[in-house]
Amino acid sequence: MASLIGKPVKRVEDKRFITGKGRYTDDIVLPGMVYAYIIRSPYAHARINSIDTSAATAMDGVVAVFTGKDITGITGVPTGWQVNFKNGDTMKEPPHPLIVADKVRHMGDNVAVVIATSKELARDAADMVEVDYEELDAVADAVKAVAAGAPLVHDDVPNNIAFDFELGDKAKTDEMMAKADHITTLEFTNQRIIPNAIEPRCAIGDYNSATDRYTLYTTSQNPHLTRLLMCAFVLGIPEHKVRVVSPDVGGGFGSKIFHYTEEALMIWISQRIGRPVKWNSDRSEAFMTDAHGRDHITKAELGLDSEGNFLALRINTHANLGAYLSTFAPCVPTYLHATLLQGLYTTPAIYIDLTAAFTHTTPVDALRGAGRPEATFLLERIIENAAREIGMDPTELRRKNLIPPFDGVNEPGYQTQVALQYDSGNYEAVLDKALDMFDYKGFRERQKAAKAEGKLLGVGFSTYIEACGIAPSAVVGALGARAGLYESAQVRVQPTGKVSVYTGSHSHGQGHETTFAQIVADKFGINLEDVEVVHGDSEAVAFGMGTYGSRSLAVGGSAIMKSIDKVIQKGAKIAAHKLEANEDDLEFANGAWTVKGTDKSIGFGDIALTAYVPHDYPAGVEPGMDFASFYDPTNFTYPFGAHIAEVEVDKDTGKVKIVRYVAVDDVGNVINPMIVDGQLHGGIAHGIGQALLEGAIYDDDGQLINGSFMDYTMPRADDLPSFEVDRTVTPCPHNPLGVKGAGEAGTIASTPAIVNAVLDALSDYGIKDIKMPLTPERVWRAMQNGK
Amino acid sequence: MGISIEVNVNGEKRHSEVDARLLLVHYLRDTLGLTGTHVGCDTSNCGACTVLVDGKAVKSCTMLAVQANGAEVKTIEGMAENGELHPLQSSFKEAHGLQCGFCTPGMIMTAANLLERNSNPSEEEIRHALEGNFCRCTGYHNIVKAIQLAAQQLT
Repeated sequence: MASLIGKPVKRVEDKRFITGKGRYTDDIVLPGMVYAYIIRSPYAHARINSIDTSAATAMDGVVAVFTGKDITGITGVPTGWQVNFKNGDTMKEPPHPLIVADKVRHMGDNVAVVIATSKELARDAADMVEVDYEELDAVADAVKAVAAGAPLVHDDVPNNIAFDFELGDKAKTDEMMAKADHITTLEFTNQRIIPNAIEPRCAIGDYNSATDRYTLYTTSQNPHLTRLLMCAFVLGIPEHKVRVVSPDVGGGFGSKIFHYTEEALMIWISQRIGRPVKWNSDRSEAFMTDAHGRDHITKAELGLDSEGNFLALRINTHANLGAYLSTFAPCVPTYLHATLLQGLYTTPAIYIDLTAAFTHTTPVDALRGAGRPEATFLLERIIENAAREIGMDPTELRRKNLIPPFDGVNEPGYQTQVALQYDSGNYEAVLDKALDMFDYKGFRERQKAAKAEGKLLGVGFSTYIEACGIAPSAVVGALGARAGLYESAQVRVQPTGKVSVYTGSHSHGQGHETTFAQIVADKFGINLEDVEVVHGDSEAVAFGMGTYGSRSLAVGGSAIMKSIDKVIQKGAKIAAHKLEANEDDLEFANGAWTVKGTDKSIGFGDIALTAYVPHDYPAGVEPGMDFASFYDPTNFTYPFGAHIAEVEVDKDTGKVKIVRYVAVDDVGNVINPMIVDGQLHGGIAHGIGQALLEGAIYDDDGQLINGSFMDYTMPRADDLPSFEVDRTVTPCPHNPLGVKGAGEAGTIASTPAIVNAVLDALSDYGIKDIKMPLTPERVWRAMQNGK
Repeated sequence: MGISIEVNVNGEKRHSEVDARLLLVHYLRDTLGLTGTHVGCDTSNCGACTVLVDGKAVKSCTMLAVQANGAEVKTIEGMAENGELHPLQSSFKEAHGLQCGFCTPGMIMTAANLLERNSNPSEEEIRHALEGNFCRCTGYHNIVKAIQLAAQQLT
């Protein structure tokens, strides 16, 4: 039986998707089901004077209309993380109601919900609901929101500040900065982007009054946490009476981690009306209500000595959290951003001061990379500018400041200035490999030749490190997490030797059913077809913390490894009995237990059958072969890499064309290289989207003015090149598979690589920065205003 | 109330009474239960609902069901014949041209129409043909490869 680990095994889940047999939440139709249409606020900030639902309620086919006044005794959806003020004061945590009763706080806020026998009818009836709004002043920008006199999002949150935060050694940073021979400064906005998984969110509530049981079908990356939050913190219903099913999920990128109001609302409504009820977001709603990402306004300073050694990094950031605190919102700009400011560099002093603001905008939370793209963008952009200012090659400046290699086993992990300890790394190796693949020397010659022909070619670099494998529970608990971040797994060997694997991770495109099956089949020495991976149903899977933060393999896969070990250990006891041998004399390989040095052996299937038909069986051993495990990591994992982009800028139009994109990533050991490469491709595209195309635009009244695919530019096939990806392998020293995670890497690295490449192409124009997204208009204007 | 239509869907004649305002995509999904065709937007930009109408790729959210009266409609469910996957289906699997699978039916139907018009498209021509179909997972890299692979197999 050939090893399956490390092979590009084709995905077992694909057949249902390529034949139209995938089962997404909106594909589910339940008997007697009715449809919900949610009336959304057209204003960013307004008082609701009155709502007249009488005309809608009177329509044929309308089952009910609910407003915020109907929902009593429910505070709203909670946040899962608490970051207190620098002075110790408690984080401001205003309620996020299922339907607002008095005031709307962002465009898209829930105002009322109409239930009818068809979705068209629900929508027609919604048009008959009259809402009397009194529009109020709004603020959409985090810096403006905390200024004196800004309109308040919540009356009891002074200056709209949810919390402030600092990390690093301020005194040392100020001291080192004062010694610097050169200080590079950069002020920029890491603009808000909108997740836009292609499957819109959907939720079906189904309450059965005869059994007093509730079922929620939902588009979630995280069904068990949704159940816990909804039961214990929102609706106060008994968790053991609630099943949450998240079937096939059409992409998430973070936006489907969170527990949303609509999920609890559908359960509440179903209980009230005694029928199943479905809400399916349309794309316009998705733009207004899926949690957005990024939105930082930052001032950064990098101090260097005369030889280009980094001395100090000092940051001031305003993070926009939107109108309410989404599930993970407080941790994104803090523990997923500030803690990554070391990057791959030896910078001896780092300090960040951060203010987290409420604004009259859609809540902001984790989006592919979550905080780490913001940290990487900051570092890689300021380093690029520093190189230009001091006249050093950008790759040499990076190389000079790289952390030396360490394997985390013989050499200790690397202790950063910003709390984390990196697990293992060989950072120069990825840079060297990428430069080699790209042919950097050859490029500079081509660039000169192109210039002579009047063409603007540029190259941009980015290195990155991220904290993945989220996360050691005790560590995140100390940092404010209100949940543990372990993972669960159950490996059930069936009597025939077939294996069912139940994982608390939940794929929304990552291919868990293949990768996890490869591990199990490989370790047991059985065929891939004999392993089935089950996920996304709280009734089938004991518990889970879901898929995000590139955690599924590092944490979920490690939990599976623990159960695999338990099966093999128990199998050895049964095998020893059957073979009349000492357990210590057995070895397990290629699907059989063998007495070492003999040909006496017994296969995996025979042992499985014996465990369930225990007629001839060792004393004191329980029948059955079914093991659950929980795995709590001891550290984060730290993937890293180096990316290089080559662009050509059209002199006349400012349009940026990506000529080449080279990525070398180190995600530790690789189980399925085909899937890892695919994750990288998608991630790179997402980051390119932010660099060149995407960005939420709010006007001063808090109106989202590009809230549709007609106005919000998503990356299309002809905006992108094919990517050249390769890797190095530095195993993670602290998990059994040696894996680090690959889901977010591309997004983190590609945004600054692209922007740096454009600025390199325009190096003769003396341009320090161009605001993202780098639209043709912005690039063209920068060129006109340049030298 | 309803308007009577007859549509040949995946080789089977279907007679239905439909509302005049019913979109083709909702007819396929809700009336016929063919849920392989997906809805990803409300502005006809994402392409997740692409099907073939009389052989041409059409976003089924841009067309009323009544406009399909008398037409031949092919959806992702009709691509495999006699249990054999269409080369585009198998090549999407082979080249890892899908991740979450939500855009995949629309991608395959669009690609089917492209290969009908151009049996040997260049990478640029493939990318141009996919302009109307969004994928957020793959960065399009392996979708392009999958279509190239299918083109080889079909010629």
